[in-house]
Amino acid sequence: MSVLTTNYLTPTGREEAWRFTPLKRLRGLHDGAAVQSDRESLITKGALPSGATFTRENLEPLSASDDVIIERVRGAVSSVAHLSIAANTELTEPIFLGRSAGGLDTAEFSRVRISLGTHAVATVIVENTTDTVLAEDLEIYLAPGSNLKFVTLQEFESKSVYTARHHAIVDKDATFKSITVTVGGDVVRILPTVAFKAPGASADLLGVYFATAGQFFEHRNHVDHAVPHAKSNVNYKGALAGKDAHTVWIGDVLIRAAAEGTDTYELNRNLLLSDGARADSVPNLEIETGEIIGAGHASTTGRFDDEQLFYLMSRGIAMADARRLVVRGFFNEIVTEIGNEEVQNRIMDRIDNELEKAARNG
Amino acid sequence: MSTLEIRNLQVSVNTDEGMVEILKGVDLTIESGQTHAIMGPNGSGKSTLAYSIAGHPKYTITGGTVTLDGADVLDMTVDERAKAGLFLAMQYPVEVPGVSVSNFLRTAATALRGEAPKLRTWVGEVKDAMEALNMDPAFATRNVNEGFSGGEKKRHEIMQLELLKPKMAILDETDSGLDVDALRIVSEGVNRAKAANNLGVILITHYTRILRYIKPDFVHVFANGRIVEQGGAELAEKLEASGYADYVSK
Ligand SMILES: Nc1ncnc2c1ncn2[C@@H]1O[C@H](COP(=O)(O)OP(=O)(O)O)[C@@H](O)[C@H]1O
Ligand SMILES: [Mg+2]
Repeated sequence: MSVLTTNYLTPTGREEAWRFTPLKRLRGLHDGAAVQSDRESLITKGALPSGATFTRENLEPLSASDDVIIERVRGAVSSVAHLSIAANTELTEPIFLGRSAGGLDTAEFSRVRISLGTHAVATVIVENTTDTVLAEDLEIYLAPGSNLKFVTLQEFESKSVYTARHHAIVDKDATFKSITVTVGGDVVRILPTVAFKAPGASADLLGVYFATAGQFFEHRNHVDHAVPHAKSNVNYKGALAGKDAHTVWIGDVLIRAAAEGTDTYELNRNLLLSDGARADSVPNLEIETGEIIGAGHASTTGRFDDEQLFYLMSRGIAMADARRLVVRGFFNEIVTEIGNEEVQNRIMDRIDNELEKAARNG
Repeated sequence: MSTLEIRNLQVSVNTDEGMVEILKGVDLTIESGQTHAIMGPNGSGKSTLAYSIAGHPKYTITGGTVTLDGADVLDMTVDERAKAGLFLAMQYPVEVPGVSVSNFLRTAATALRGEAPKLRTWVGEVKDAMEALNMDPAFATRNVNEGFSGGEKKRHEIMQLELLKPKMAILDETDSGLDVDALRIVSEGVNRAKAANNLGVILITHYTRILRYIKPDFVHVFANGRIVEQGGAELAEKLEASGYADYVSK
């Protein structure tokens, strides 16, 4: 273990990138006060299929990041957990990675790489559980023609602090889909970002989050359309219940001058299930060329729809069950994209539990 | 044998200009097996009557009573009314995103029957109910009312009527927007439910054509928030010929 001493900028909370985040609750991840642990908690669950390898190696970052916590992680850690899928490998079953070793006294700084060779097809599901303090720099490279579904499940316990950048570089004709699920933790701040490297690339960034009393969940999407004819779709859905539940969704999409033929849409919908909760939602589309197919965004924040509840209840369904159906229905569209029944059911059950917990606590 | 009794029902709705009285004292008694047609012009308060009986939160009861076999319906929550045996087929059935028809139906049946229906028999029950209404089995996997055509929504309402087996049903303009074939299919569904469960029906409609398929025992003319005339099936013929003009001007 070592105390970090390098000269990094420390955010004050006035910076655009940090204005929503409760810095005081980051357990020193942002200002160097965190004591670095020697934990390397990321493991594969079950045997890897042929064509896939999981190693630790020293790797240079693939992309620059201006996130101060990512800079600290990179300064502190050179060993990278690397999941690699060989070219032309088509996996039909998902690869499960997970973190279940944790601890709140020290902070894990972790670097992760997922790389897909040309025309590889894979689904990777990362299960984050336990109580932990974790700063993660996760980079993904999709070689030409490859296809990755990348699912991260933040099922932390109530005291966890997790800050991460999940950055995908999507090469020619490659298809990236991420599904980011955040249902546990004290402070979770994830930057799911994408950079297109060549035409024909596409990215779907999907997410669901459910924050209850006191929880802070932030998701900052950034899609960089730097090349022509790439397609992106962002769809995040959140629910909040309980006093001081706070979520932040930022959707930055940048269409650079070179990015002719871009097609992009981003959507964020929030369901406020009680008073005293706050959902910030900031779509931000910057367009430097008019030669595009489409670019749009929408953001809504609403409460339970009385008409929906009335309809369900008029068929004998009790209020609590009607609410549960509506909330499940709200998330269903994205959760089913995971494509794994067991995981989907677990996430839906967790959402039911959070809802019930919130209802009990008024 | 059940009796739904509506006595001097007065209902207001909260609007931008304050509370507006819509129902101005409605009296109506329905017994099991009877069919009461309520006919009246747009805006006369027919849906307000239907929603008020079902317990929609938008409407405020300012006077009167509604009882089902003596039990105070107005004191019940919306789901309790359904459990007591009331059913409302809505004029505008509501979309519930992400909730499949099969999940919805099973949840409703579980709530009303007090236990989850046995999966084996249930699947058959739903299949039969859908077939009887000429519905594509694929409906079961679609989200409740989402992207349904007007006619599909109405069939879905009547399918629920058959599956959930209430004692009293209010059908709010179930006939509007249906072509002749759909009208016949939907009417047959209502008649099956009547025969199977000795269902009492309040049939709210604009037009007499549905009354060719579902024979009313009584016809009530509704205008300006109250019943202004009552009669037998012959009253519908008169309305067909002369319209509501006589009643509206009053
Ligand atoms: N939620 C509401 N807000 C304002 N006015 C309403 C509302 N519901 C009904 N009304 C008014 O009450 C009257 C009766 O409406 P409704 O019961 O829908 O009539 P009908 O079903 O006979 O066409 C109409 O004038 C309508 O505009
Ligand atoms: Mg109406």
